[in-house]
Amino acid sequence: MTSLLYLIPAMLLLGGLGLAGFLWALKSGQYDDMEGNASRILYDDDDKPLPPEDKI
Amino acid sequence: MTTDCLHCGDPVPQHSEGGADFCCKGCRGAYELINGLGLKTYYERRVIDPDAKILRPEDDTVKIDYCAHINDENGLKTLYLMVEGIHCAACVWLIETVLGKQEGVVQARVNMSTRRLVLKWREETLDPNDLIAKVSALGYRLVPYDPCLLNSENEKQEKELLRAMSVAGFAAANVMLFSVSIWAGYSQGMMDSTRDFMHWLSALIALPAVAYAGRPFYRSALTALKAGRLNMDVPISLAVLLAAGMSLFQVITGAEHAYFDSAISLLFFLLIGRYLDRRARGRARGAAEHLLGLNAVAVTVLSEDGNKILLPPEQVKDGMIVLCAAGERVAVDGQIIDGISDIDTSLISGESVPVMAKVEDKVFAGTVNLSAPIKIRVLATGEGTLLAEIVRLMEEAEAGRANYVALADRVARYYAPVVHLLSLGTFIYWFFFAGVVWNEALLNAIAVLIITCPCALALAVPVVQVIASGRLMRQGILVKTGTALERLAHVKNIVFDKTGTLTLGRAELVNKEKIAQTDLELAAALAGASKHPLSRALCRAVPHIAVKSGVLEVPGRGLQWEKVRLGSRQWCGLAEAPLSDGPELWLDKGDGLPVCLQFADHLRPDAKEVVARLQASYQTHLLSGDRVEPVRKVAEDLNIQDWKAQCSPADKCEVLTHMEAALMVGDGLNDAPALAAAHVSLSPSTAIDVSQTTADAVFQGDKLKAVLEVLGVARKAERLIKQNFGLAFLYNSVTIPLAIAGYVTPLIAAVAMSTSSLVVIANALRLSKGKVS
Repeated sequence: MTSLLYLIPAMLLLGGLGLAGFLWALKSGQYDDMEGNASRILYDDDDKPLPPEDKI
Repeated sequence: MTTDCLHCGDPVPQHSEGGADFCCKGCRGAYELINGLGLKTYYERRVIDPDAKILRPEDDTVKIDYCAHINDENGLKTLYLMVEGIHCAACVWLIETVLGKQEGVVQARVNMSTRRLVLKWREETLDPNDLIAKVSALGYRLVPYDPCLLNSENEKQEKELLRAMSVAGFAAANVMLFSVSIWAGYSQGMMDSTRDFMHWLSALIALPAVAYAGRPFYRSALTALKAGRLNMDVPISLAVLLAAGMSLFQVITGAEHAYFDSAISLLFFLLIGRYLDRRARGRARGAAEHLLGLNAVAVTVLSEDGNKILLPPEQVKDGMIVLCAAGERVAVDGQIIDGISDIDTSLISGESVPVMAKVEDKVFAGTVNLSAPIKIRVLATGEGTLLAEIVRLMEEAEAGRANYVALADRVARYYAPVVHLLSLGTFIYWFFFAGVVWNEALLNAIAVLIITCPCALALAVPVVQVIASGRLMRQGILVKTGTALERLAHVKNIVFDKTGTLTLGRAELVNKEKIAQTDLELAAALAGASKHPLSRALCRAVPHIAVKSGVLEVPGRGLQWEKVRLGSRQWCGLAEAPLSDGPELWLDKGDGLPVCLQFADHLRPDAKEVVARLQASYQTHLLSGDRVEPVRKVAEDLNIQDWKAQCSPADKCEVLTHMEAALMVGDGLNDAPALAAAHVSLSPSTAIDVSQTTADAVFQGDKLKAVLEVLGVARKAERLIKQNFGLAFLYNSVTIPLAIAGYVTPLIAAVAMSTSSLVVIANALRLSKGKVS
């Protein structure tokens, strides 16, 4: 039974990480446009990174 | 030989303004712009829906001054715009890349679901009008909007539900893990101390999750209780809170059973149902919001010293003189004081053929001035216009419909009190008659609450609705309101509008065979010089004809080239000739033998078949704002007995309010009040914005078959919803006696709850395939 003592915290931690990741994704607007993002990935050829001074 | 335009794909007319490869100058410009930026892959990437027309860049669209709509955010200039004309992901890519390549632009992001563009740039000197012009030149229309005005409330709620759902899902999964261990422990002999430890851990996870994820239900239950009503959220909140609280008490006293898993998985299932419900409603939000753009156009006012000034519509006062260029939408109600032109009144009257307007005639806001500039003395603006009057009529009619109570709420109204009484009865029986201790009696009462407010009941309606609207969406039918499907299932009468609904809404030449080819070509050569809808129809019927140079257009009458005249009967000196059914043009070659070109607005290709099939189960009616003759002809063609012509918007509204369970199918602004007054309403996607906003569902394409499909799916959905309720009650009739008798352990509650939900979902999935009607 002692294995429970570290298995349970490990389980909760991993589950919690997943939850936190999802909540973060939701908050940063990744679920705002499901349609657009699904197809946007197909057109990524000539995106070049913004020059550093223009980053926001 | 004909070629297709490289940009829009339409056939290229001979001697086109755009050269050999393009149908017009606009398309040529767009193609050159795209090529110049090295974005030619756009043409390979785009996927075009054959039903949707590609927007052609037009140079005569109304100018908007975008500078007035700039927001300043963190030192960046920001414009919020709604984009019209996006048909696939390649359009999104094209717009973003074209804007992104402009100097100074920091961010250009199109949301494809809502068709909105956020444009941010840094430079003070950058003129937004230049940026927008680039996108307009590609054929998209951009209208600024105010992000604060949009119903961000709805979006916020959707996000809150999603957050609550994820927390509940996380907690349910983990608590269930402990529960499974405990259940396994019953048979394998788990020590009491280990069981209590697991219970404590479950409490630690479940209690905060119940407090957080249940908030949408608690809030709604509280509001209902404050108003003295009961809704489905009251037993839900009670069951969840009591189960969680009671379980906590059990854990503290070291008892055998705890119901944390029931409480939290109940919440999780219910939140799924709630979220699906919300999504189904929010789908068509984008379409409705286009309305806000109608006001963003500037009006050209002629001041007393003769200067032209641009004013926003709300600053135009009665008595001012407004200039309206050819092709521009009239922004005010007024009287013409100078000029003669053709006015397209389809927005107000639903008529497809423009009317001639001369000095002293009245024009109304929302109509389009087609052929020549006119000066208008303002009689009414903004709220005082006929347009605003119609919108008001529509809003009033809509308020009446808001009283419709969804089936689920009607069920809840009777169901909730019964559940509470049953639960109370159980407690009274066990405590007073069976003589058990109070906490055991309470536990049984809670078990009744948990079992009776099953997820099956909460899922029964939203799952069916989401699948039904998904199925309709794949066929180009957008269901906008939550209760539309339910209301559609009860329809008894179907009322059609004529122009644009039963017909395609555009004139076509009908007597082509009877006219000599040389006459046709001559007529088309003149017609090419005009933008009048009949001229355009003639050019469509006789394509690839070189336009004669030096054609003179006399607004409201016709065209003249040397001795040849093309236009109204009066224009060709034929006032006494017998009247024909539809619109007509006369061609006088100067030899005194005029030829009549007849036009008609054709019925949709499958109108006859669809109406005949509808008549098998519904009463059909025809209400039109058009003249008696054409309406009678359509009614006779389609075998519709009950028809009425020359109806004003108020007339239509009147008829609809007195008709039982009527479905209104219409497209014009003149139909909008009727659409709102009807029990339920449908609009073709060619309809104007206001109608699309008012209608419960919008369908795409030239086929009227969508009406059959919508009604069929709605009926089947209704059947499935009732079956689902039946299943849920059946499940209740088995489990409630068990719960009252005190046999429901956490294990039984969990099994019963998930099987009933799965059965309901499986039943709803039957709607996604197979035939309806």
